[in-house]
Amino acid sequence: MVRFFLLTLLVFLSPAWSADQEAETARFLSETFSQPPATDTLWLTNEVQSAIHSVLEHDYPAARLRYWRDGQRTAWVLEEIGKEMPITVGISVNNGAVERVSILAYRESRGWEVKSPAFTAQFNGAKLTPQLTLDHNIDGISGATLSVRALTRLARLAILLHNTVMNGHAP
Amino acid sequence: MSKQLNLVAYKAIAVFLLTCFAAPAWADASMEDRLKAMEQRLDSLEQENLTLKRQLQTTDQKVEVTGEQIDKIATQGVPSKAAWAEKTQFGGYGEMSLNQLHNGGPSGNVNQIDFTRFVLFTGHEFNDQLSFRSELEVEHAHLEGNKGELEVEQAYLNYNFNDRLSGRAGIILVPVGILNETHEPPTFYGVDRNPVETNIIPTTWFESGAGLTTHLGSGFTVDSTVTTGFKADAADNYGVREARQEQFQGTLARNPAYTARLKWAGIPGVELASTVQYQADITQGLDATAGGAILLETHAVLNRGPFALKALYANWNLKGSGPASVGANKQNGWYVEPAYKFSEQWGVFARYNRWDNQAGDVIDSRFSQSNLGVNYWPHPDVVVKFDVQNQKSPAGQDAFNGFNVGLGYQF
Repeated sequence: MVRFFLLTLLVFLSPAWSADQEAETARFLSETFSQPPATDTLWLTNEVQSAIHSVLEHDYPAARLRYWRDGQRTAWVLEEIGKEMPITVGISVNNGAVERVSILAYRESRGWEVKSPAFTAQFNGAKLTPQLTLDHNIDGISGATLSVRALTRLARLAILLHNTVMNGHAP
Repeated sequence: MSKQLNLVAYKAIAVFLLTCFAAPAWADASMEDRLKAMEQRLDSLEQENLTLKRQLQTTDQKVEVTGEQIDKIATQGVPSKAAWAEKTQFGGYGEMSLNQLHNGGPSGNVNQIDFTRFVLFTGHEFNDQLSFRSELEVEHAHLEGNKGELEVEQAYLNYNFNDRLSGRAGIILVPVGILNETHEPPTFYGVDRNPVETNIIPTTWFESGAGLTTHLGSGFTVDSTVTTGFKADAADNYGVREARQEQFQGTLARNPAYTARLKWAGIPGVELASTVQYQADITQGLDATAGGAILLETHAVLNRGPFALKALYANWNLKGSGPASVGANKQNGWYVEPAYKFSEQWGVFARYNRWDNQAGDVIDSRFSQSNLGVNYWPHPDVVVKFDVQNQKSPAGQDAFNGFNVGLGYQF
């Protein structure tokens, strides 16, 4: 067993170390836009925070959010706590529907399966219902219930913020 | 008189003509002045504009800095505790149960209410790679004599080597079964944890040691641990639940337990996993009639829309004449649990469990239990549970039949 441990260490220590979050954000943007647009800022006014509260059940812990916009497509980098630690997620929204969800930083010790494209692809095409829920069913991952719920909240939030930017006011 | 008048008229005409011819020269001078004035005014406006631009730039920078400060305060509370608070998280869960169970066996009826578990967990992120996780648990609300327990169920340092490999060391959960690592009450059906993962796995199973988690891609994950092992006792018929050392002072570390789990979760809502554990001596050298043990466990979790199905099988093989003499050389069990969620708030389930901690002989020692019940989630993190249970047991043994009501939460 000790040999197995050492062998595993040798095999897996050599690949690149985790890239930092800014690099992950840059990667996400370059995958989302052919030419990443300039950073824009959405100030989280009382009106916007009130709408956010109806999705997250708490205010977003920031005064403003940076986002990127090109035509009808916006991209957001958002954070929400899964079980103990915040998950950083990049979400692009096109015409009010989720286009792509990408986990930029996952800090929980369990539930890494949420990072898999097979899981995140479930969000693609999802829109907000009038009740601010997703119109898609998201199948969970055993042992990662809280992380799955956090990601679902963030997908709803990204669409809500997209609609806010597009309409000029919170829904 | 007329000459004088004429002279005056001539003079007037001359003055008029002079005035007329002289006017453009005055106009040119005035225009030049005005142009100069306008030029000066433009210069002044240009300067003013530049100043305003610089001021706007400065204001933007101030707003940016103010925003950053507000963000920090929003995420960290007050600046004085910023670095610590930003990287430290608290959470917890708990459950309370009411059991109304009739029993014709030796232990008699169970009519009790119990705050079964009160758990607080703390996590701290030292940096992107290194973090700490812990769970502190109070069982049965009150500690006195042998009633109630206060235990550190998890306390370990976790290190992410990269996106595919992480390692941990400390008091860790053994990677086995469905409930052992994830047992927050809102995540499972039934007031009490199922008897197979209580008596055969045995949940909650924590040991001191170290482990690695390796993500192989395509949904495959391998968990491997080296931890403290059992200290089984003939007085407990070598039962695996009683054999856990629970990390009291003086926990023996002569013969470790080696555990490996292969898990596949390549399709959302699906988990297939198998665990094998080997221990060279489950009595830590204290019982010459007992020896090594191997655990094999496998389970499946399937979620598709409102439907869910869980199934688990676990089997122990214990070496030595001691365990064999009481049939404890084989200890095994299985359960299957279909469930259906009507809405986000309501779900129903049925579960059939069968287990035997002395399956190695011909003496009947097999238990079975059927449960039927409902979960109500007024909030995704809060659950109210109800189930009825029916147990079948060997002759002369306890068989608890009746109903259970439970409350649970996590945050």
